Amino acid sequence: MTIVLAAAAAALFGCGTFLLLQRQLTRVLVGLALLSHGANLVIILAAGGRGAPTFVGGDEDRALLDPLPQAFVLTAIVITFGVTSFLLALAYRSWLLTGDDEVQDDVEDRLIVTRWSVSEELIDAEEAALAAHAEDVARREMDEEAHR
Amino acid sequence: MSGLLALPIALPIGAAAVSIVVGRWRAAQRVIGVVTLVALVADAAVLLARADSDGAVVGQAGGWEAPFGITLVADRLSAVLLLASLATLLAVLVYAIGQGGVERNHVGFHPVYLTLTAGVSAAFLTGDLFNMFVSFEVMLTSSYVLLTLGGRRDQVRTGMTYVVISLVASVLFLTALGLIYSSAGTVNLADLATRFTQLPVGERQALALLVLVVFGIKAAVFPLFFWLPDSYPTAPTAVTAVFAGLLTKVGVYAIIRTQTVLLPPGDRPQVLLLSVAAATMLIGVLGAIAQNDIKRILSFHIVSQIGYMVMGLGFFTVAGLGGAVFFVVHQIITKTTLFLAGGLVEHRTGTGNLDRLGGLVRTAPAAAVLFLVPALSLAGIPPFSGFIGKFALIDAGLDDGWWGVVAVSLLASLLTLFSMTKIWAGAFWGEAEPVGPGHRLPGLMVGATAALTALGLAVAIFAGPLYALSERAADDMLQGTVYVQAVLGR
Amino acid sequence: MTRSPIMDTIADLVFHSAIVLSLYFLFAGHNQPGGGFVGGLVAAAAVVVYYVAGGMDEVRDLSRFRPWTILGGGLVLASLAALVPLVAGDALLQSDYVEGDLPVLGHVKLTSTLLFDSGVYAVVVGLVLMVFEGLGDEPEAEDHT
Repeated sequence: MTIVLAAAAAALFGCGTFLLLQRQLTRVLVGLALLSHGANLVIILAAGGRGAPTFVGGDEDRALLDPLPQAFVLTAIVITFGVTSFLLALAYRSWLLTGDDEVQDDVEDRLIVTRWSVSEELIDAEEAALAAHAEDVARREMDEEAHR
Repeated sequence: MSGLLALPIALPIGAAAVSIVVGRWRAAQRVIGVVTLVALVADAAVLLARADSDGAVVGQAGGWEAPFGITLVADRLSAVLLLASLATLLAVLVYAIGQGGVERNHVGFHPVYLTLTAGVSAAFLTGDLFNMFVSFEVMLTSSYVLLTLGGRRDQVRTGMTYVVISLVASVLFLTALGLIYSSAGTVNLADLATRFTQLPVGERQALALLVLVVFGIKAAVFPLFFWLPDSYPTAPTAVTAVFAGLLTKVGVYAIIRTQTVLLPPGDRPQVLLLSVAAATMLIGVLGAIAQNDIKRILSFHIVSQIGYMVMGLGFFTVAGLGGAVFFVVHQIITKTTLFLAGGLVEHRTGTGNLDRLGGLVRTAPAAAVLFLVPALSLAGIPPFSGFIGKFALIDAGLDDGWWGVVAVSLLASLLTLFSMTKIWAGAFWGEAEPVGPGHRLPGLMVGATAALTALGLAVAIFAGPLYALSERAADDMLQGTVYVQAVLGR
Repeated sequence: MTRSPIMDTIADLVFHSAIVLSLYFLFAGHNQPGGGFVGGLVAAAAVVVYYVAGGMDEVRDLSRFRPWTILGGGLVLASLAALVPLVAGDALLQSDYVEGDLPVLGHVKLTSTLLFDSGVYAVVVGLVLMVFEGLGDEPEAEDHT
């Protein structure tokens, strides 16, 4: 049974990592869910076999299982539940804003990457775009505050 | 005794609940938030006094005895960091109320902020590894919400990076917990300290390394820092300030705690930690030099300063670790002040881009003074607290002959001064640039920043007693037995 | 939205039995499988049935309270259960219980943990309702966010 659980945990980690590396948020989300299931399985494995007494010198006759790992897993599941619903909301928000749930490029990052490798005009164009974007954001914030 | 320990965790959660129920009644939410944090600061001060005079304060939740139940411990290290964090949280809350913005526009701000407080307190006070996981999650989940409040496009993008990275770290943490439980059969830190000595050397080093990677992501050490400079700057100022001052420092606290408790003196990863520290200091500050926006520059400095703390831990001597503890306290206060002052500039002018700022020393002298003091402190100019912290760390390094890492830290310090000068020259000196539709600075914002600046100066003035306290805390940590005895009573 | 009569009928049936089951889990949770979280999830699943049958309006009609009021109330209850023992001089979250014989139910044991569990139950239900509120509607009605 241990080897089956271990293999399942490995498979979950593998699939989860693969999905995590995709660009669509929904896939990333499913990937994270799989990863956390894998981690939960590892904890269940940590509980050891059935029938071993929970504490040293405990009741040897009755087949008890260490309850602590199960409490860990329950807590971890609750946390994953909360975070997953938050991520869902974020992905939905991203879809509302951009019509897509792909992770966007970071403008500032692209700028630093391109700074050393491309011509001056392109940098100027990108910088102008960035400044326009920043101004746009600032103006929108001002508007929002004035609005309120 | 137990009540003092439980309050920093239970009270903010209860207050958050009431804050949700009163909902749109903003005045009530503000009163609840401020009163709760004032009470907690007082509570933490009493805890620190007790922990310093009578030894660690220990409590058991639910009345279950130590290795089985949930243990809460306030030793000198936890208590001093808890006090600094809560004072910072209070100042930032006042600042946020003064600024309006996110605090006024979102019903959720106050409850989530209080939950964050509970998470931070729980992370400092908990005495077992699984509850450290839970408190990290409470803290991080609140931080996800705070980071994306408002739901602007760039916030969603950077928030996503932050959430996904933190979740991967959490999954690793959970896996590490499973492995630790299956090899040691307990997650109580004090109990782990005794059981880890019975494990094979390779096994315990592997487990400690896994935990180090997990907390390394949270604390943003090289090479795991990449998410931080990207995600912090997009949040509202007050939120960024809290994150900058607290979240990574909780990670550093967790590294200090686990690496000293889990591993007996011979096995501690000294060379690894010192190399990581050197790389973190240097890469962080070089990243800062490349940036051109106040918040982004400061974000890279967070990374760089984390390196100093890890360096102090890496020496594994009383002087080094004492310096690290002192440095963490200094950073919690100074870093937050810097971000708040940067926020004052942004609030005044509507931008944080250095190309479009100038002459603020004449147009906003209050912001200029409030920026200058923590900036000089961060760069390590005497007589401010940063100088004392860095001096203690470098002195400790020279005592043990770690010339290389000390040289790197001095270089990083010089470059920090350079990039602070860059902000100063770009934003405060020079021609006054025509600024956009700026705002007047509300008194509460300036007041909160000034209060934190004063607290930072107090750290420098009372450096003697505080440093002595840090060394006593470091001594407790390195001996290990003090902590175990306090929790398990043997 | 077109509504199916079969779904409507089944929804009523399933909803009420699921709520009873969730309450059973809530009360049995102290010594047997169940508890506030599981009970809350079952109750939330019951709400899902209504959502599938009648959409968001049907879910909103279920309760006079707004979701965050339910969530906040639950949190208040749970933190009270944690804090009250402190006032009495015990440890945080410490619990106590009373036993007795009741006419129909027979021998029952009531613990103060039930208060905490009820809080958790309300938090979970409130959270799920909030998720529905945020994500369950048609996108057009979402401008206010």
